[in-house]
Amino acid sequence: MSTTATRPARPAGAPQSPRAHWRHRLAERGVDQQLWLLAPAVLFVVLLFLYPFFYGLGLSFQPTEGGPLSDYARFFGDAYQRDTMWITLGIALPAALLNVLAAVPIAYRMRGRFRGKRLVTILLVVPITLGTVLTAQGLLNFLGPTGWFNRILMALHLTDEPVRLVHNYWGVFFSLIITGFPFAFLLVLSYLTGIDPTLERAAATLGAGWWQRFRMVTLPLLMPGLATTFCLTFVLAFSVFPSAVLVGNPAGETRVISIAAYQAAYEQYDYPYASAIAMVMGLIELVVISVVLLARTRFYTGSTGGKG
Amino acid sequence: MSTVTEVHPGGATDTREARPRRRLVARPAAWLVWGVVVFFFLNLLGVVGSVLVSSFGQRWFDTWLPDGFTSKWYGEAWNEFALFDVIVVTLQVSLLVVALSLLVGVPAAYVLARRNFPGKRLAYLVFLLPILMPPITYGIPLATVLYKFGLAGHLSGVVLANLVPSVPFVILTMTPFIEQIDPRIESAARMCGAGLRSVFLRVLAPLLLPGMLASAILVLVRTVGMFELTFLTAGPDSQTLVVALYYSMSAAGIRAQQSVDAMAIIYTTMMLVLLVISLRYVNPTQLVARVKEDPDA
Repeated sequence: MSTTATRPARPAGAPQSPRAHWRHRLAERGVDQQLWLLAPAVLFVVLLFLYPFFYGLGLSFQPTEGGPLSDYARFFGDAYQRDTMWITLGIALPAALLNVLAAVPIAYRMRGRFRGKRLVTILLVVPITLGTVLTAQGLLNFLGPTGWFNRILMALHLTDEPVRLVHNYWGVFFSLIITGFPFAFLLVLSYLTGIDPTLERAAATLGAGWWQRFRMVTLPLLMPGLATTFCLTFVLAFSVFPSAVLVGNPAGETRVISIAAYQAAYEQYDYPYASAIAMVMGLIELVVISVVLLARTRFYTGSTGGKG
Repeated sequence: MSTVTEVHPGGATDTREARPRRRLVARPAAWLVWGVVVFFFLNLLGVVGSVLVSSFGQRWFDTWLPDGFTSKWYGEAWNEFALFDVIVVTLQVSLLVVALSLLVGVPAAYVLARRNFPGKRLAYLVFLLPILMPPITYGIPLATVLYKFGLAGHLSGVVLANLVPSVPFVILTMTPFIEQIDPRIESAARMCGAGLRSVFLRVLAPLLLPGMLASAILVLVRTVGMFELTFLTAGPDSQTLVVALYYSMSAAGIRAQQSVDAMAIIYTTMMLVLLVISLRYVNPTQLVARVKEDPDA
């Protein structure tokens, strides 16, 4: 293990032996013994991520009955199963979009220094650590028919009978906002603070109003960061599982695709079918993400841009 | 909360110091923004507060507050759900995951930060994928494989499953940390005759300690809160606190609502303790994702 950190220059004389020659050639391209440090991590990802993934992919083409594609046909042929895709997208896309769009003006307001900024950011981290299960429990208590929220609405005479906010679409939606919004906010804030503030001041000296400054200077620089934030928020929202079961209506309007996959695997013990559903789920997610990331390449991603 | 007019960071303050402090009357847009934030926090308070109040409540039906207050539900939850064992399992799983992911992740992050080699982009992509994929998508095939080898249902299976997002997370958070360290320090150490091992243990490790601590705490918080992977691979005696909480909630009606609430509060307290510890070492945005900071931004 006596390799050097810097790459050795091409040896001046002829190589001593063919073996040394071969080693030097590789070392010039950056391959030497130090790369072994990477080996445990690569081995690990291959064994625990890639192998199971391809195993699942292979399994999905070996259904318990029928031809190789029959599990996929079963999924897309059954309206009850097929609709889970639209249900999931119908929850995840609006929730992710709202989280990102709401985070932008708030982060824009808070990008500077002000008293209590640290407190606000710390408070915002709390829901991330609460996790979906506790949020679900809290939402059941708080938004339920006799919960505080409905009591306040009724005390203000805004409504005569309790609004139904849990065990349906809105319960899941709110839980995604509560866990997803702080996440989006902190990311957007870190992107925004990465944009050089002198650019905006330069625009101000040229007579741009705040809207023009935001629209023409900050927003274009922020867009790549927003795209990344949207992707990460979408991943969180897309894999919604505990809250869809606990605060949603898991048999009806919030039967998301992960519930379908879970039921196939752990209630029907049909692993090929469950793998097929999981693959469909991963594929949909990758399609959405790659569309967003493809759009992201159209924006400027230079040095003062929001580090995206 | 009235300092909502334009606030300029950094060097801009010198020209503005002469101005009177701040206008108290902000623009409507500012009020709207703050209104949304306050509304969000009020609801958050309601969500957490209603669980807290309920866990101490004697009986709570159609009223603003419970009839009386008691702490008996905590004892009940502690005994009924065997919380001591659950917490021990949770700690075992999270500490093992933290130790293993650091051991595997830090050397890999070092190579990715320092070296260029063919296939580096591919390696990055492979390490990024487990973070981009929803846990259920790879969790189900992973659980299938782990069951095939008889590892799922035990502590080892839960640890292995939780390592899948943790190792890439360590790699991605540590790489910028290592990039910040001047490579000339290592070259100097090597020139003085240090081998790879002593460069790592006596030069890099002390410099990397803050970074490793930060990333260890982040992995700890994520593992304690990780529901899906643990849920898919845990057996009856390898449940972590979140999973136990989920089971007790989905079996609602069998047990008193309040003891479930008490358990949720125990879980929250544990998370808050971790959070308070982590915020001493970590910038809040890091809890979300490690973004490379511009040196002079």
